Amino acid sequence: MTALFIILVLVFILIAIWQMVKIFDLAQAGLPENDQVATEKDNTINAYLMMGFLAFIYIITIVCIVKWGDLPLLSNSASAHGPEVDNLMIISLVLIFVVQTITQFLLHYFAFKYKGQKGRKALFFADNNTLEAIWTIIPVITLAGLIIYGLFTWTSIMNVSEDDDPIVVELYAQQFNWKARYSGADNTLGKANVRLIDIDKANILGLDESDPNAQDDIITSELHLPVGKPVLFKMRSQDVLHSAYMPHFRAQMNCVPGMVTQFGFTPTITTAEMRQNPDMIDKVKHINEIRVENSKDLVAKGEDALDAYEFDYLLLCNKICGKSHYNMQMKIIVETQEEYDAWIKEQKIFKNSLVKN
Amino acid sequence: MSAHADTHVHDDDHGHHHEPTFITKYIFSTDHKMISKQYLITGVFMGIIGILMSIMFRMQIAWPEEPNVLFEALLGKWAPDGVMDADIYLALVTIHGTIMVFFVLTAGLSGTFSNLLIPLQIGARDMASGFLNMVSYWLFFVSCIIMIFSLFVEAGPAAAGWTIYPPLSALPMASSGSGMGMTLWLVSMAIFIASQLIGGLNYVVTVLNLRTKGMSMTRLPLTIWAFFVTAIIGLVSFPVLLSAALLLIMDRSFGTSFFLSDIFIQGEVLHYQGGSPVLFEHLFWFLGHPEVYIVILPAMGLVSEIMAANSRKPIFGYRAMIASILAIAFLSTIVWGHHMFVSGMNPFLGSVFTFTTLLIAIPSAVKAFNWITTIWKGNIQMNTAMLFSIGFVSTFITGGLTGIILGDSALDINVHDTYFVIAHFHLVMGISALYGMFAGVYHWYPKMFGRMMNKNLGYIHFWVTAVCAYGVFFPMHFIGMAGLPRRYYTNSNFPLFDDLADVNKVITIFAIVGGIFQIVFLYNFFISIFYGKKATANPWRSTTLEWTTPVEHIHGNWPGELPVVYRWAYDYSKPGHDVDFVPQNIPLKEGEEELQH
Ligand code: HEM
Ligand SMILES: [Cu+2]
Ligand SMILES: [Cu+2]
Repeated sequence: MTALFIILVLVFILIAIWQMVKIFDLAQAGLPENDQVATEKDNTINAYLMMGFLAFIYIITIVCIVKWGDLPLLSNSASAHGPEVDNLMIISLVLIFVVQTITQFLLHYFAFKYKGQKGRKALFFADNNTLEAIWTIIPVITLAGLIIYGLFTWTSIMNVSEDDDPIVVELYAQQFNWKARYSGADNTLGKANVRLIDIDKANILGLDESDPNAQDDIITSELHLPVGKPVLFKMRSQDVLHSAYMPHFRAQMNCVPGMVTQFGFTPTITTAEMRQNPDMIDKVKHINEIRVENSKDLVAKGEDALDAYEFDYLLLCNKICGKSHYNMQMKIIVETQEEYDAWIKEQKIFKNSLVKN
Repeated sequence: MSAHADTHVHDDDHGHHHEPTFITKYIFSTDHKMISKQYLITGVFMGIIGILMSIMFRMQIAWPEEPNVLFEALLGKWAPDGVMDADIYLALVTIHGTIMVFFVLTAGLSGTFSNLLIPLQIGARDMASGFLNMVSYWLFFVSCIIMIFSLFVEAGPAAAGWTIYPPLSALPMASSGSGMGMTLWLVSMAIFIASQLIGGLNYVVTVLNLRTKGMSMTRLPLTIWAFFVTAIIGLVSFPVLLSAALLLIMDRSFGTSFFLSDIFIQGEVLHYQGGSPVLFEHLFWFLGHPEVYIVILPAMGLVSEIMAANSRKPIFGYRAMIASILAIAFLSTIVWGHHMFVSGMNPFLGSVFTFTTLLIAIPSAVKAFNWITTIWKGNIQMNTAMLFSIGFVSTFITGGLTGIILGDSALDINVHDTYFVIAHFHLVMGISALYGMFAGVYHWYPKMFGRMMNKNLGYIHFWVTAVCAYGVFFPMHFIGMAGLPRRYYTNSNFPLFDDLADVNKVITIFAIVGGIFQIVFLYNFFISIFYGKKATANPWRSTTLEWTTPVEHIHGNWPGELPVVYRWAYDYSKPGHDVDFVPQNIPLKEGEEELQH
């Protein structure tokens, strides 16, 4: 690959230099003064190139939409508020697409149509209040619509109410991994502060050992969520900023040292169901083809082949947090209530996880 | 100030009494034209570094962890066996962002053209204070040197992103770049800000006080309006970044806790108590958002001017253009929170910032429509500067439209800090402003150097750049919507993103080709200084005052009296005149009306 790349680079440099030399030669050939100003021929050539460029913009748009527009993340949300966000996203994207198509057309087409020609006189057209009013008012109305829709969505996402009786889960970030803390039977997280961290006793999240609410808390390195039940995440970080990004759930919130931030949602599709989703099956199949292909190279080099990929929801770190930021992740498993209950029963509660000395 | 101008008039009566030496002419010059060239050349040089860095980290993304001779050659110990280290990836991204935004597109763009055009277009002999102007450039130069020097420190340059959020940027144990590298970054930026403040003050005073007779505010070319308002935004917002930087220095070196609290790192609890990183984010973005307008407004000014001159038509809606510059300037100071929707600030604030952010789309839309109308029914001269101006409008629209998504808090949740953001801001700010800068260079090159750049090389440069810019940044929207976070050294730990590897390669190839073709520009730029065709006085047949000065630069700009202005800057193809442009210093004909726009 590197070799190929170097060759590519050299070829381009050579072409570039050759072009430059040739053109400079041509340009020096006793042309009239002021010959570096566009001539009618230049105008015509560049005008056609403008139309070509318009076509290029349209083509790259279509290629991107066809090839990458249906990456399942965009279409398969797995949280209760997801479809609402996606809906707004799609409305915005369609709007953008329409405006983009029209304005780029006008820009490039005018550049083509009104290319400079001898004898053409430009129209002295300096002002027109009606026109300007029109293109002030149209954006105002469209944007007003988007703002109102957006604000309703935002408010409904961000206002998690305690009435829904959510399960409270703490997401705890540190360079460079995630922990989850469940509140246990009392559904109340125990008090915690990084100053109380005691590595020797395995009190890694700094829970207050004397707080009764903390005793039954459960600390895990995998995030399990029961389907259909609202969760309220309380985020903490022990060192630098991190961001808990759960793209499948359209969820993200920074973890800020010194304060607790929060975000809530209701997962609606279990991991098992998502794996059965036809779009997801396609995506996974495609990814595995790529992995098989890549494995061939690796094996040829004497390394291990890549594992087959199986779909899982993920929590990614999405705020630069240092060297291994790129590998700070946690698996999320959405399951039925029974599976969840069974899983949580197996986990050690805080009281029992402490090392006694 | 006026005394200064007077002495020059006086000077011209009996030649020069003090011949400038090489040093006062080329190095410690107080002449705005020379300072403008110094800014430009420094900016170009920094731009080369910035682009080279982007090519390196793009290669890492496309061919992760593969040995690469370029890395081996340029990164030394940071690329053992030619494999890029993860820390240096973040450092490259950080320094790339810093250099591009501040050194190239703030100082390089605004510094060059404000200096060149403010005195020339308003009819002044020089800046209000030539001395401060020189100080401003040399401070900028020093800050460049320090930033470059920081690349070579033992533990590596700053690597906390160009936004340098603490605690990452505050704690050397959190990131190796947060030691000496970050100290130098902060010092460099503090000096840079001082340079910008001095420069900005000078621009504002010059525009207010030194306009020639007849040059009322409503006859100013839009370039001057743009530089003027940009300088004001800078004066309002840069001090806030300066204070953020100073407070961060205090936290880092003097044990204060402005931005830090409750930190446990590498097995120990730090003493910091009570500060908040969110406060830093507010301070940073209070500059950071206006900063993008500091970058784009001058480009808008240049493009407006170039579009009118090359369409041989008045700029459409002159007053609306001024009004929208002012509206953008005002709104730009109250939208910073859109960078912080998921920072943990109160969601209600998020709603407010969504509202103000989408408002700013309105003046931006007005500007775009006005440019399109400006070329409608024109007689378009396809000079390179014009091509870049059309390219500017194109990328500004493409990039600006996705702002509707990012500014909408509900939608930002899912695309915040992904490649969608990278795509958006590179198109709307990075590439657009870069096009504005290229347009400016091609257009005013004859004024700066007395020679013409080669147009065919210009055409090659434009078309390849235009294709590559879309090729790089358009597909990034899609990988962003697929959830790919930015600032990841490699995506190979996420099989989920394996199907994006192809796109990433395509993007990188476009980036490499685009980067290499900038050589065409460099060649054209530097060779033409010496071998370009001699320029005529007014090669683009333009109306503004700078084209009434002699081609050879003289101190004081005009040999005799200062020109007097009788009309606005956009009398192109005005009915009743034989030629298709009437310069500002030509009196109205009998019975001719000055357009009341
Ligand atoms: C050759 C053209 C350019 C290419 C290929 C390029 C590429 C990139 C890429 C891929 C990133 C994201 C890296 C990451 O998050 O992991 C980035 C970051 C950035 N670029 Fe560029 N860029 C180019 C030119 C510019 C220009 C002209 C500007 C001027 C505004 C600019 C400003 C930035 C900034 C501010 C960042 C963010 C740095 C950070 O995350 O801290 N870039 N660039
Ligand atoms: Cu991280
Ligand atoms: Cu902003």
